Amino acid sequence: MKKPDLSHYEFSGHSAGKVEDLKRLGKAEKESMRMAGFDAEEKGTSASFVQIDHDNAFCKSYNPGVEILPLGLAMHMHEGLADYRWRLLKPEKDEYTRMAADNPHGGYVIRVKKGVRLDQPIQSCLMMHTNNVGQNVHNIVIIEEGAEAHILSGCTTTEADQSAAHIGISEFYVEKNASLTFTMVHNWGEKVDVRPRSAGQVEAGGIFQSNYISLKPVRNLQMYPSITMKGASSISRFNSVIVATEGTYMDVGNRVILDAPDTRTEIISHAIASGGHIVARGHIQANHAPSKGHLECQGLLLNKGIIQAIPELDGRAEGAELSHEAAVGKIAREELDYLMIRGLSEEEASSAIIRGFLDIDIMGLPNELQAEIQQAISETEKSML
Amino acid sequence: MDKPDHKSTTCTMLSIENLHVSINGTQVLKGTSLQINQGETVILFGPNGSGKTTLLYTIMGIGNYEVTEGRILFDGTDITHMPPNERAQLGIGMSMQRPPSIHGLKTRDLVRLCAGKREIDIDELARKVNLEHFLERDVNLGFSGGEIKRSELLQLMAQHPKLVLFDEPESGVDVENMALVGSMARKLLEGELAPDRTHTMLDIKQERKTSGLIITHTGHILDYITADRGHVLYNGHLCCADNPKRILDHLQKYGYKECIRCLT
Repeated sequence: MKKPDLSHYEFSGHSAGKVEDLKRLGKAEKESMRMAGFDAEEKGTSASFVQIDHDNAFCKSYNPGVEILPLGLAMHMHEGLADYRWRLLKPEKDEYTRMAADNPHGGYVIRVKKGVRLDQPIQSCLMMHTNNVGQNVHNIVIIEEGAEAHILSGCTTTEADQSAAHIGISEFYVEKNASLTFTMVHNWGEKVDVRPRSAGQVEAGGIFQSNYISLKPVRNLQMYPSITMKGASSISRFNSVIVATEGTYMDVGNRVILDAPDTRTEIISHAIASGGHIVARGHIQANHAPSKGHLECQGLLLNKGIIQAIPELDGRAEGAELSHEAAVGKIAREELDYLMIRGLSEEEASSAIIRGFLDIDIMGLPNELQAEIQQAISETEKSML
Repeated sequence: MDKPDHKSTTCTMLSIENLHVSINGTQVLKGTSLQINQGETVILFGPNGSGKTTLLYTIMGIGNYEVTEGRILFDGTDITHMPPNERAQLGIGMSMQRPPSIHGLKTRDLVRLCAGKREIDIDELARKVNLEHFLERDVNLGFSGGEIKRSELLQLMAQHPKLVLFDEPESGVDVENMALVGSMARKLLEGELAPDRTHTMLDIKQERKTSGLIITHTGHILDYITADRGHVLYNGHLCCADNPKRILDHLQKYGYKECIRCLT
């Protein structure tokens, strides 16, 4: 694993202060937020949160069923929150969790109250605005019993050529019969180093669906979030679509622990290394039966890209059914031929195959975000051919 | 605007001349010649490994095949070394025996791409092959044998080729689907006209512009379409030009061993 050098980033001194009205943000800010899936117009939003550099800039809930607060304020207001912070992750896990624990810059706390079913998403944007800034955030998400929510979490730099480091700690609590869809869109640049550290637990009957999209370059990103299916009959699904262009190194994957009977998980990733380097990991551990887990990695190599798929199945209970499927290669000749006999040129055929490969229909995104991502995919796909 | 059709029955659509084809250094076709006129449908029989699919793929320009000698003319143009998409644009279409599935590419989008610049009503076409509920599904992903063949027909209908190559249209198709596949293949080759007061069967036959080359093992497709001629491809050689039903009858009685006698 390649390690980033974080010594030249500034992890203090960049407090931007509050933004009263998101509409008045600069064009570059709004544009980069949009690319990260955040709508500054806040159309159809249950709540919004924006962090810029070392400070919370905006935080507002439009639904009484959603409590959203910057971490510091939340810790101050809710004594009980201390039980949730650093419960699933430990500060001593590695140097990045250590940094986030020693020098916290905030982050969001989202609580969706018991039984509340949101039909509009909660959106957040973690932005790095100043050149050479280093950001440590800690996010806590609690979906209470029977509640249902979709959180869109966008991470971005303001400018694509900006240098920045992002360390993001996230802890997810999906309570009994609750459902969380967590969509993370990364919109980084060639001089950005990223170390998310995430963990979650899902209680009985709960559903955790994670979508991860990263189409832009990033210098060095490594993450391996771990979700524990703690309660019986809980379900999780992970879909990721990632592209690594030249200069990009991504070491990403999902780890799921089936820690109760009748739990299920499915991890599916589609990765394109177009000149970049991807390490695609996956780990399913089954401690109870019956349980079911499927791990799938589809990798496409273009322009001398590298993909290392490292799947791991760890069955510890008789009756657990675990499977994995991985394929890494170039665009299949027979697929190209098939489209070419319908009249498409080789380039048109490749482009249709790549677009299909990066299909995000399964993620169930809001229409506008879906269209936004499709647009980004079309642009990315052109740059790969 | 179409030109008057007086020469339609004599115009050569496809002309294969002394074709030698190799794959990875092994010669598969050893001097095959075949001519198909406009509106004519030709059936190709032959045992497994005789080179039938090689011939179709070589006409279409796909696969790992190398033409070492001879040439292919389509509508007067030498297409021997043309990329497949240009052949498609000239008017050659192909129904594959086992096409690949394509993740994330919706059937509707592929059908639209097949039509190129022509305006088509995709839903209406899909209804004709009972695939209206498949348009939003990924191309061929999880399709049954019959669904695959219907999807191939749908794409060909959108493409509207002058020459259709069918690689075993009946393989993997159950009895129920066969009637639909067969009748749609007929419509594709013969048009949708039925004889009426102003059109006799002869008129319709003369107006036929679409040509066909069909590989079949079982001959079931012959229950649905009118084929003009049949051939047997055996060990890379084409032989036995005759009425396709008669060839089928012989093959069912005597098998391919008679071909050996015929060719030696």
